[in-house]
Amino acid sequence: MNTVIFRTVAPGIAALMLVFSVFVLLRGHNEPGGGFIGGLIGASGLAVYGIACGVREARKAMVVHPITIAGFGVFIAAISGLLPLFAEVPFLTGLWWIFELEGREIALSTPLIFDIGVYAAVVGAVSTIALTLESDEEHF
Amino acid sequence: MEVALAGLIGVFFAVAVYLLLSRSIIRMLLGVVVLGNAVNLMIFTVGRLTVEIPPIVPAGDYLPLEGSANPLPQALILTAIVIGFALFAFLLVLGYRAYQELDADNTDTMRLAEPPEAPRPPLSY
Amino acid sequence: MESPYQSLDLPPAMIATATAIDDWVVVWPVALSLLGAGLLVMLRRHRDMQLAFAVAIILAIVVSNVTLVLRVLETGPVAMTMGKWLPPFGITFGADMTSALFSLAASAAALFVAFYAQGEIDAREHRFGFYPMLLLLLCGVCGSFLTGDIFNLYVWFEVMLISSFGLLILGGRKVQLDGAVKYGFLNLLATAFFLATVAYLYGVTGTLNFADLVAKADTIPLGIMLTLAALFLFAFGVKAAAFPANAWLPASYHTPAVSVSAVFGGLLTKVGAYAIIRVLMFVLPEGRAALEPVIAVIAVATLLLGPIGALAQTNIRRAIGFLVIGGIGALFAGLSLGSMHGIGGAVFYGVHSILTITALYLAAGLVEKMSGTTEIRLMGGIYAANSLLSAVFIFLVFTISGLPPFLGFWPKLLLVEGGVRAGDWFIVSGLLLNSFITLIATSRIWLHVFWRNGPEGERSEQRNTMLRALSGAENRFGLPSVVVLAGLIAALGLFPDWLFNASGMAGFDMLDPSRYIAAVFVEVAQP
Repeated sequence: MNTVIFRTVAPGIAALMLVFSVFVLLRGHNEPGGGFIGGLIGASGLAVYGIACGVREARKAMVVHPITIAGFGVFIAAISGLLPLFAEVPFLTGLWWIFELEGREIALSTPLIFDIGVYAAVVGAVSTIALTLESDEEHF
Repeated sequence: MEVALAGLIGVFFAVAVYLLLSRSIIRMLLGVVVLGNAVNLMIFTVGRLTVEIPPIVPAGDYLPLEGSANPLPQALILTAIVIGFALFAFLLVLGYRAYQELDADNTDTMRLAEPPEAPRPPLSY
Repeated sequence: MESPYQSLDLPPAMIATATAIDDWVVVWPVALSLLGAGLLVMLRRHRDMQLAFAVAIILAIVVSNVTLVLRVLETGPVAMTMGKWLPPFGITFGADMTSALFSLAASAAALFVAFYAQGEIDAREHRFGFYPMLLLLLCGVCGSFLTGDIFNLYVWFEVMLISSFGLLILGGRKVQLDGAVKYGFLNLLATAFFLATVAYLYGVTGTLNFADLVAKADTIPLGIMLTLAALFLFAFGVKAAAFPANAWLPASYHTPAVSVSAVFGGLLTKVGAYAIIRVLMFVLPEGRAALEPVIAVIAVATLLLGPIGALAQTNIRRAIGFLVIGGIGALFAGLSLGSMHGIGGAVFYGVHSILTITALYLAAGLVEKMSGTTEIRLMGGIYAANSLLSAVFIFLVFTISGLPPFLGFWPKLLLVEGGVRAGDWFIVSGLLLNSFITLIATSRIWLHVFWRNGPEGERSEQRNTMLRALSGAENRFGLPSVVVLAGLIAALGLFPDWLFNASGMAGFDMLDPSRYIAAVFVEVAQP
């Protein structure tokens, strides 16, 4: 696996996959996509990087520990569920803020925040599993 | 169609139970996988099978077309698959660790938590 | 350009009225524990903050559960449907008195365990996330108690299962791996069967919402009803460790850290017992009536097997594991009676069992720490070394055996009264024998561990030299939480009136679902 070609191309592939994962995450609300599958793509990108350049390098590139990202995701998802408290609607109800920017409509919503939470949780959890399996030793 | 799938589910359950009755952990793991698939297929089948009308609400309408597929079982299965996958991954790692540490794939020889020659209960009061 | 969002209006399947902030009380326990678990995972490296945050969050959960109990006591069941959907669409959270009481007892027990754990969990186990997993476990437990949707119940079961896996192997000793294999496979099997039964139920009724199921369950033919009830009985019976599916519990519960044993013994099996009462009593009462002889046999067998197993054990935590099983028998006895007294008594017993079993495990943990062994035969002489712990333990012995005026007596009284009224001497004798054998088993443990001077076979005049005093952390965190929890149990035992009221209400709402249904379908009544 550890050929020169792969090591040269892998950072590019990983970066592309991460960007694509964010794209899939953001288009997810009204079209196919979403946090879960975006997260899986992102985690595979990180796993590719880990295979090519080593687990240590991949962990350094992630800056924060993947489990922390997963915890952040759960936290954000729970927060997005609690936001409707201020709108007198039940838990997890979708709230929308629609505003115009240069003639295009931008829609922000609590489902989007929830999806970002799911994305972070999936990236964190799956890349933890992937990196642990790749490294063959205990890191936490 | 439902009858054919019901038969298939029955076969899956039989295979799963057979594998789970084994003493070897690796076979039990395979049994868990087959069992999970049997259950998922069952949720799919009990939602009733229909032909070729996707459960998408037409624009300007509130209800999907008559005779369209039931979307709920698919959502349930997706949830069940994700959860089942996570639990299976855990059991797989657990089985591997148990094999490494206890040096046993046979559940009959895994008696660390319940030692076979446990001391007899105290006889005095 | 026509905006796609302008045409976004409320479909008729959504609730139009505003939701009162008070109704959020059914969601707080789950939302807070999820929030807390995420937060503590992020703060995993800050060991000093873990305990403070965990205790603060669990305290908030306890407070919201107390509010929930008071609210239900005042106005009857509370319900809320997620995402503004009109029930039966959307996932409903609903609490009647049974849910609220179980949820309160579980969070209270978790609070003491969280405090106790600080004196036991080492740095490595901290880093592996003991407190986040404890909160996630509490999230699963409270979610199971409070949900009003049977598929959602499955999801909370799995949340509970996966965090319990993590807690069970925390520390990674060989004996833990052995216990976890048995625990893991059997619980996974039980949840798979539960899910299969949910699939059948959905296939027959086309709904998953408890309140909606109650109405539609009447139309199920008896044969299918019996199949459903029997499958639920099997799946939840394994979860609750009822006889004959109890083997996994004594094989695994004594292996992890004491705090983990305590929270497992206190909470997990009760969730299975709660689920079986909710499904068989509330949703499928005809199925329960048809299965009554089977449930009665299971109940009495479990009632007797528990304490007899405890009598035969020499490992102190395994002995308590068998007492957990005995308690499950009492809950099944209440289900088998199926009357106001039976269900009320079962709920009351569940509350007592959650608190008392947790306290017993925690106290047994301190005993293990002091004597450096898990074998009852090798213990002895703790009375001379720590009389406070001895007093607490003998108090717990009396409570678990159901002697008056302690907490364990009152639910047994309700159950026995229910049995006598129904003329069900089989159940009554099972309950009484259970108390008797439990008293023999536990008081013998107390005599051997505390009263006797040294290990078995030593001359009785000699002091046990193998004992060590409790360490600083154990004295600061371990002993106070055991003593305060025992104090709470004593106070509840001396003033049981409100618990009698509350469990009576629990039995009433379980037998007559109309108030619960009215709470869930509050919006449908309006045009």
